[in-house]
Amino acid sequence: MGAHDLWLLSPQLAMAALACTALVVDLATGRSKLVLWLSLIGLVIPAALSIALWAANPADTLVFFGAASVDRFSLFFTLLFTGVAAAVIVSAEKYASRFQEQRGEFVGLILASTTGMMLLASANELITIYVSLELTALPVAALLAFLREDRSAEAGMKFLILSGVSSALLLYGLVFIFGFTGTTRLDEIFARIGDLQASGGFDSTVPFGSYGLLLGIALAISGFAFKLAAAPFQMWVPDAYEGGPTPVVAFLSVASKAAGFAVVLRILYSAFGSPELAVEWSALFAVLAVVTMTLGNLMALPQKNVKRLLGYSTISQAGFMLIGLAAVSANTSAGSLVAGPQSVVFYLAGYAFTNLAVFLGVIAITNRTNDNTIAGFAGMGRRAPVTALLLAIGLISLLGLPPTVGFMSKIFVFNAAVNSGLAWLALAGVLNSVISAYYYLRVIRAMYMEAPTSDERITLDPSLGVATGIAAFGAVLFGVAPWFLLRAAEIAVRSLSGVAGS
Amino acid sequence: MNLENVLLVSAVIFGIGLFGVLTRRNVIVVLMSIELMFNAVNLAAIAFARFTVPYSLAGGPVSVTSDAVRQVLTGQAFAVFVIGVAAAEVTLGLALAMAIFRRRETVEVTDLTTARG
Repeated sequence: MGAHDLWLLSPQLAMAALACTALVVDLATGRSKLVLWLSLIGLVIPAALSIALWAANPADTLVFFGAASVDRFSLFFTLLFTGVAAAVIVSAEKYASRFQEQRGEFVGLILASTTGMMLLASANELITIYVSLELTALPVAALLAFLREDRSAEAGMKFLILSGVSSALLLYGLVFIFGFTGTTRLDEIFARIGDLQASGGFDSTVPFGSYGLLLGIALAISGFAFKLAAAPFQMWVPDAYEGGPTPVVAFLSVASKAAGFAVVLRILYSAFGSPELAVEWSALFAVLAVVTMTLGNLMALPQKNVKRLLGYSTISQAGFMLIGLAAVSANTSAGSLVAGPQSVVFYLAGYAFTNLAVFLGVIAITNRTNDNTIAGFAGMGRRAPVTALLLAIGLISLLGLPPTVGFMSKIFVFNAAVNSGLAWLALAGVLNSVISAYYYLRVIRAMYMEAPTSDERITLDPSLGVATGIAAFGAVLFGVAPWFLLRAAEIAVRSLSGVAGS
Repeated sequence: MNLENVLLVSAVIFGIGLFGVLTRRNVIVVLMSIELMFNAVNLAAIAFARFTVPYSLAGGPVSVTSDAVRQVLTGQAFAVFVIGVAAAEVTLGLALAMAIFRRRETVEVTDLTTARG
């Protein structure tokens, strides 16, 4: 512990300091515009520190006695979260007129939650994981309740209650894992499970080798499902999405989901990466993937509210990502162990661009119309041509058509599934993609084929337009030329101890 | 007094909490039930730390004293962190309940149905 630890943890520390600065500046000056731009510029610091750390690639990545591991995997996500936070803050600039007085707090809470996510992506120890998880969830619950509407407070309450129940389940699972292995550090858990397997302490007739571990892992995974917006904890999503402020919902669906997948990937590979266990949880995730995709898709079909529709869409997208989690080690040829997590990380990064384009487009339009129904988007192709185009690009990428990143993500995920002997799972994924075409195209059809309800033009706000443009550009760029992102995802995943070791 | 008994009590408390969350209609009582689940977890964490034979004593390659001490302390630290975070969670929950009550004069979960598909 010393200067080296502080240097490794500097992106997280900078983000925490930025969150505090935003709150203090807001309190001292009361000029929320200043806070907004100050924190946007301030976000450069954690981003620059992450890039510097990625380039330096220190040999010893463990921080504070192994509580966190700042490797390239966590730095990849750190950069992703910083970018998402910047986009969300930009999008809140105009939207925030609805909560004028608390704009400074809004920025502070977003940054606090981002700090939690950055810690979550690097946490290497069960207690740290739990505390960071709550640091991401609690500010979001407050943010969801930010609008002065009934639905908003309701969204915050539902989110908080379900977050509480899921983290209680998660904790119960973590405590059993701790009780079974006697340690909370992921690398030590891995070592002790290895010792137990070697000494014949595992019962091969029981899943995961013992009932203690079975209970621990099953409870922990169902707790994490809340973060991922996956079955069996997906029911909070539509209500929270419909009621909450749209920028917060965008933050929730992109950053929060990525943080959940980051921590699940790290736990699975660093602590439970041994082949005997991997077969078991792979089967578990295969089932969860099918249930999540199908449930999200079928529920999305009859929706009339765009935000609610995107809520169900985010559930089904989580299902596609779960396919990548299931795709491990059935064939333990050298490449296939990287392919699964690599496809998940690539999917998450692509999904960040895609979904931000969609949400920022929705914000740009609904800021003016104040109408979240699909009917309210009628004729937007004429009323707001640029925004509608960017929004359509995002929707096509969510659907997974070329030349967008959504297409590439699905190819890589399905490919990883087929290579690890889960062809049926890939098939289920393809079928679900076809179903999802119905509701994504419905929004596009409303924008381009239906007559507008009024002739008033909707101009695109410059800062919001730039953010939406970057997101949509990324969604197309990484669809045409995915190699850079794919390579970064591979480097990130290879720095996870369980992946590189085997 | 052994590990199984304490874990059984913990599981019963956890079950009561979960049952409360699923069946109670008042938001305040739901928050209390969540608190019950957290405390069941605390009980289990401390029991594991106290009763499981430390790995080193079972023949593991780690020095006996420091590892045994660390395991006991880890379980207790776990509980302390859970207590702290649970307090924050309940504070936020009560604040939201107040916000809802001011508007609606009710904190019944069954009345929270504005968001519908």
